[in-house]
Amino acid sequence: MTQSRATFVNIGERTNVTGSARFKKLILNDDYEGALAVARSQVENGAQIIDVNMDEGMLDSKAAMSRFLKLIASEPDIARVPIMIDSSKWEVIEAGLKTVQGKAIVNSISLKEGEGPFIEQARQVKRYGAAVVVMAFDEQGQADTENRKVEICQRSYKVLTEVVGFPPEDIIFDPNIFAVATGIEEHNNYAVDFINATRRIKQSCSHVSISGGLSNVSFSFRGNDPVREAMHSVFLYHAIQAGLDMAIVNAGQLAVYDDIPKDLLEPVEDVILNRRPDATERLVEVAEKYRGEAGAAKKQDLAWRDWPVEKRLEHALVKGITEFIEADTEEARAKSTRTLDVIEGPLMDGMNVVGDLFGSGKMFLPQVVKSARVMKQSVAYLLPFMEAEKEASGAAPESNGKILMATVKGDVHDIGKNIVGVVLQCNNYEVIDLGVMVPVSDILEAAKREGVDAIGLSGLITPSLDEMVTVASEMERQGFELPLLIGGATTSKVHTAVKIDPVYNKGQSVYVLDASRAVGVVGQILSKEHSAGYLEGIASEYKEMAERHARGREKSERLPLEAARANGFDFDWSAYTPPKPSFLGLKSFEAFALEDLVPVIDWSPFFHTWELTGTFPRILEDKVVGEAARHLFDDAQKMLKQIVEEEWFHPKAVIGFWQAARHGDDVALLDEAGGEITRVHFLRQQMKRSKDRPNQCLADFIAPAETGVVDYLGGFVVTAGAEVETRARAFKEAHDDYSAIMVQALGDRLAEAFAEVMHARVRKEFWGYAPDEALTNEALIAEDYQGIRPAPGYPACPDHTEKPELFRLLEATDRTGVELTESCAMWPASSVSGYYFSHPESGYFGVGKIEKDQVLDYAARKGMSVDEVERWLRPNLNY
Amino acid sequence: MTREETLNYLNAEAKKRILILDGAMGTMIQRRGLSEEDFRGERFKDWPSPLKGNNDLLSLTQPKVIEEITLEYLHAGADFAGTNTFNSTAISQADYGMEELCYELNKEGAAIARRACDQVTAETPDRPRLVLGSLGPMSKTLSLSPDVNDPGFRAVTFDEVKEAYKTAVEGLIDGGADLLAVETIFDTLNAKAAIFALEEVFDARGYALPVVISGTITDLSGRTLSGQTVEAFWNSIRHVKPFAVGLNCSLGAEGMRPHIAELARVSDTLISAYPNAGLPNEFGEYDETPEMMSAQLGEWAQSGLVNLLGGCCGSTPEHIRAIAEAAAAFPPHEKHEVATAMRLSGLEPVNLI
Repeated sequence: MTQSRATFVNIGERTNVTGSARFKKLILNDDYEGALAVARSQVENGAQIIDVNMDEGMLDSKAAMSRFLKLIASEPDIARVPIMIDSSKWEVIEAGLKTVQGKAIVNSISLKEGEGPFIEQARQVKRYGAAVVVMAFDEQGQADTENRKVEICQRSYKVLTEVVGFPPEDIIFDPNIFAVATGIEEHNNYAVDFINATRRIKQSCSHVSISGGLSNVSFSFRGNDPVREAMHSVFLYHAIQAGLDMAIVNAGQLAVYDDIPKDLLEPVEDVILNRRPDATERLVEVAEKYRGEAGAAKKQDLAWRDWPVEKRLEHALVKGITEFIEADTEEARAKSTRTLDVIEGPLMDGMNVVGDLFGSGKMFLPQVVKSARVMKQSVAYLLPFMEAEKEASGAAPESNGKILMATVKGDVHDIGKNIVGVVLQCNNYEVIDLGVMVPVSDILEAAKREGVDAIGLSGLITPSLDEMVTVASEMERQGFELPLLIGGATTSKVHTAVKIDPVYNKGQSVYVLDASRAVGVVGQILSKEHSAGYLEGIASEYKEMAERHARGREKSERLPLEAARANGFDFDWSAYTPPKPSFLGLKSFEAFALEDLVPVIDWSPFFHTWELTGTFPRILEDKVVGEAARHLFDDAQKMLKQIVEEEWFHPKAVIGFWQAARHGDDVALLDEAGGEITRVHFLRQQMKRSKDRPNQCLADFIAPAETGVVDYLGGFVVTAGAEVETRARAFKEAHDDYSAIMVQALGDRLAEAFAEVMHARVRKEFWGYAPDEALTNEALIAEDYQGIRPAPGYPACPDHTEKPELFRLLEATDRTGVELTESCAMWPASSVSGYYFSHPESGYFGVGKIEKDQVLDYAARKGMSVDEVERWLRPNLNY
Repeated sequence: MTREETLNYLNAEAKKRILILDGAMGTMIQRRGLSEEDFRGERFKDWPSPLKGNNDLLSLTQPKVIEEITLEYLHAGADFAGTNTFNSTAISQADYGMEELCYELNKEGAAIARRACDQVTAETPDRPRLVLGSLGPMSKTLSLSPDVNDPGFRAVTFDEVKEAYKTAVEGLIDGGADLLAVETIFDTLNAKAAIFALEEVFDARGYALPVVISGTITDLSGRTLSGQTVEAFWNSIRHVKPFAVGLNCSLGAEGMRPHIAELARVSDTLISAYPNAGLPNEFGEYDETPEMMSAQLGEWAQSGLVNLLGGCCGSTPEHIRAIAEAAAAFPPHEKHEVATAMRLSGLEPVNLI
């Protein structure tokens, strides 16, 4: 601790899934014992309060909060301290409040949604007997300047004490700690704003406390712990004097104020207190000196160049450095008698080190892919020499095996497949990659021609599941005996066991969860000693799984379609006038500025693509993957800068609005004369629901035809541009898979950001029903707005075959260049399409499993055969 | 008296003297030796489960008995008549399948106490007697798992507990309660659900009754069954701004004294205490005579610890008479300000001073 007052409170932050990757993993893995150990160690290490946060998309946060707090209640050594119930969702907070017998703190509520919800939540908090953190956030957004912070807190205080009767001593204001020294001038005063606001709030609102999340302030210096720690200590030193009472703190990230070296203290104080215009530059300069490990590595840069060439190659491989690779490769080649010896010697040795580190969790996927780039470039340099020698000797490098990989027909998604390919290459497998949309005949022909040892299939959209079954049965028919590897987002072990395994008896199909498992699986399959046993084990596991599935497939109970319809979303249309869009018909966007998309990017999925799990930006600070994430993020920023400055991509979009009327579960689109253009077909949830939870269908958010209320539906297609694919191909050809995967991952993010930006403009401008909406990026990602943009093929409307009609209406292919494959996948893959709904109560949901009665009804409505509907909706069928 | 008059009287009288609570209802019912048939009465003669022991049911089947006991306590010197509703919540009555009767049990329980109070008030108009509506603990608890192998399991939810208390509160108020007491609290989370219920009812009705919160310290280490210290308990429930906070049941006077002293120190409201008549002997009986108990409680009064004083299990009208006499000579505890500060708790308090 720095300057500590008797009352300064440290709030333990490790039992927070958004802040601690380790805790999140424990919770996601259902390891509540381990999670309790985290809580216990925090209390043992002096946390006076523990913050518990379960806000994670993969989690039933409400249930997790309730369960964890109940378990804490039976651990007296943890339960002795108060709990801070931390969530952005009121229902999660309330679940927490119903579980703690002590007096807890709610974190947090705010005026974000206006006074109504704020008052209501504050009343509830009071009734549950808890204290509350109030964020300096109002209808306009998060407060950044001193005056806004003070104004919002004063207003909140007035409402809380005068309207709600909230005890002032139970109010904790969080006036928002933001990053300083970001290079953006407006940010320079953020720390001063916080400190001054703290002082003024304490003066004007008696008895309140002030809290904040400390690590934000030093965010610009991530990766440089000495500077960050100094910034934290300096900030606390001044903020505590101004009246800061508590902070959510990673105790490991605090320096002792008095121990901060003079030459660091002064520039840090300059930055925190915004004492001079060049404060940031000066700190950046000094910071280099303190760059700790990274600084040491820089010195080593010079050192490793003096090592013997074999060591240098290994080092370059492990560290992913391509800078000297050609020179080093040449040096090694010149020393060796055969060129092949370079590959089988130092290069393979280096890659073995990489493989071991990856296998033991000490290296992460982005680093491995970078290593592969080094390897590939080295091999590319050696190839011509080997060709020449081969003619002389006939020798070829000995690989561990040959794997054919392809994304199946109708599907264009290949980032995951490319990653698996790279990882396998790193482990000395030869990979034949046939690319995307590969028909079964091409796959099997190539397999025979190349004499491969296994085939790997990948796919992301649901129709690909059927295509994989087709490939498997064709392999059976043609008498293949090769192992068949199955992977990709929609695939699963159950699907493999139940649908693929039974049609392919001559060989074994094997489900591969992710790239990090691929090496293990392939290694076992191709191992001379272990293969038979391993495959037998899998065969019996799948057989049992399929039997269990067939036997126990107790269909979850469903409502008859009519009953589900009767329990639809109930809304009084007579009291509601749907907003009218500013135009009807289509509008194209051709020259959309890339730089406008960058700030809206949701980075968390980017890290997931690279199998780094965590929430951005906290993932950058993660103890385990933080370093890998930071390097990856830096590389992404570099490429993003190039993408923007050199206009690599040309994003395009088309949006459209039509007058619309609901007919049952269909929505009719009407021309201006009221004539019907077409119908959009939706599906309805059939799960058993309690009275207050409707069986939802997207059509419910459109006014029924019989009400006579005029309503509207929108549609859109956006794409980052076909250039994403061309760039990726060019990188691949230059043996740079790392950049190829990177450019695709960024393309996907930009397409999503584009969809987000277009949706915001639709709300504010083109449909115009929320002209004053002001949301932060976090709020956007959290979908805190009115209206939705569900996409065909996703949970709320799982039927991909609605896409062609949407594309036709939008003239999407002409206007954006986005095409649909026979499986209704969009090409280029970095594209997003969907509908726009404006209804204030519209929300996302999953249709889930449906019954035969709905399938029959739906097939009739769509004029499709029942067989075809069943084929496309297979994952949704409850029979 | 109107609600406002009652409150004014209470506040003024509490400044003048120590107010006297009544003693045990169960002990007095036991003495009557009622049979299964007496418990059933005419109305429940065909009820499928045994009903003997469901003391609260006597409000419906033997109202005279309950009224007589209540009158005995009032005549012995009690200012408050506790209602015979200690187990009248849906969760506790589920043992008898009588969940549906809870509103009626509370309303009738309060009505009997009301009649008794009105009668005695008419006899001594300078000393009005008040109905203290009793909200007892439940057979199921929110902070503890009944399954040792599954510490995350709970036999009941917060909302179920809250709803059960809500029904009870509605009945007590409709039956004529002047104050409400959440008593014998061994799990603070159940008490918080009760408080939540109280606030909801008060909110809906547009008025509030004074509330007494009374916890139970289950062992000499000074913690509730759910593990809280006295101060942590106070921090957890003080948001209801109780008219009085205190302890009852469990320990005899001797064991309770240090914890009452602690509560008087940390809280800024009136203090109530009604211990058992000692600890139960090997036959489950309470041995402390009125003289023994009143001697100890008289010392508390002399030390300025309490404002409301009475007895719990094992105490009788004789005990109450003795306690009232012993306390009469001494001024009440003066409630004191505590510094305004955020006062949090887990099992232990954390005060941000």
